[in-house]
Amino acid sequence: MLRDDVIEYSLDTHHSEEQGKAIRKKIWMVTALLTAITIVEVALGAFIKQSSGAWPFVKWSFIIMTLLKAGYIVMVFMHLGDEKKSLKYVILVPYFLFMAYLIYIALMEATAVGNAWETYGG
Amino acid sequence: MAGHASNQIDASTLWGGKVSPFSTSYGKLMMWFFLVSDALTFGGLLIAYGYTRHDAQDAWPIGEETFNSLPFLGHGYPLIYVALMTFILIVSSVTMVLAVEAGHRMDKKGVIKWMIATIIGGFFFVGSQAWEWSHFIHGSEFGKVELADGSQAIVKGHFGEIKNFEVLEAGKHHKKGDVITEDLMHQFQHAVVAGKINNGIITLHDGSKAKVNKAADEHMELIIKKDGSVNKIGTHIEGKKACDMYYEAINAGTPRKVIYGANLEENEYGPQQYGQFFFFITGFHGFHVFSGVMINIIICLGVVSGTYHKRGHYEMVEKTGLYWHFVDLVWVFVFTFFYLV
Repeated sequence: MLRDDVIEYSLDTHHSEEQGKAIRKKIWMVTALLTAITIVEVALGAFIKQSSGAWPFVKWSFIIMTLLKAGYIVMVFMHLGDEKKSLKYVILVPYFLFMAYLIYIALMEATAVGNAWETYGG
Repeated sequence: MAGHASNQIDASTLWGGKVSPFSTSYGKLMMWFFLVSDALTFGGLLIAYGYTRHDAQDAWPIGEETFNSLPFLGHGYPLIYVALMTFILIVSSVTMVLAVEAGHRMDKKGVIKWMIATIIGGFFFVGSQAWEWSHFIHGSEFGKVELADGSQAIVKGHFGEIKNFEVLEAGKHHKKGDVITEDLMHQFQHAVVAGKINNGIITLHDGSKAKVNKAADEHMELIIKKDGSVNKIGTHIEGKKACDMYYEAINAGTPRKVIYGANLEENEYGPQQYGQFFFFITGFHGFHVFSGVMINIIICLGVVSGTYHKRGHYEMVEKTGLYWHFVDLVWVFVFTFFYLV
């Protein structure tokens, strides 16, 4: 059997020394960004108590920062940003649709179960 | 990057449809499909965790209260250790992407250098996780205590060191007047769970009774995690009152008032499911990291022996890179939803 990874598409991804420099610069920028976001997250987590009034904002900022980090990892480190549009959407769209649906039913159900415990005891 | 139009490809090497609609090789595409399915698994686990937590509300442990220790330095460093683990994994992800970049320039030495760095980072992460698990399983010195009114509380503060046990009544091994200085903490916790401490007198395994000489605890704080007839969930009790309530429970002389650490049946941090989720989610992720390190080692050996250089491209490095970044990606979510929120 002929192996499809031996020739063809894989060769298209080669780049020169100069292009490499630009790519490495981008990698280090993203590294600095990911580190900075992690430091902010830890600082918020360590200093703001869950009982404080600011917590709901902190919680949502955690989720936004996490998605931001995930976006950079997938788009830059995993090179999904450099792939064809069709591949990008084949990977991302079904996943997000399914996850959004699952999160929705799980939280609705958990709320209902929590209320049932409260009403009928356990 | 470049589509098929710019590059003449022998039809026999293309897959069934004569051309890849995504301009990538079969192997890379399948790696992406695998990662999507694996991401669904982790997504399912984390959503199950969210479901249970949403349902349990206030009884659930708070990350910065549970994970606040560092090796050698003790307590009082909320989240620093997991932050360090996160940083190690991010750095190893960076070294991996640098290896892939070197591969695109056919720089064999560069690929080897960065892959070895990635493997070292991976081992550091797995080692850190081993420490974290060990710490989670052994638990704190205070444990979770059931108070007199039936409520349960976790305890924060500095545990005064146990200096020795002074034998007052002889048993099978120890004579009266002996001073025991070894394995104190372990024996003390066993006696607490078995209800063999009564007003500062411990009954040891061999039946001897000894006085516990222990330094005073400092900055004690009780946080109620389960409702009792008097204390309600979320209440904080500090200072002398906390100390009195804790020792009232410990010195009662009846068994099973205190839980130390975690196992699959109970844990000192919160509801039983919390322990299960911790072991399963971080364990499943840790297993991914471990297999990632193994795969990286195998591919690195392939690079050293020149297999991919002869092939004309380093796509195998890129494919393992995808897996390795995915492991980092999962950790980003585990970090947020298990430790932060």
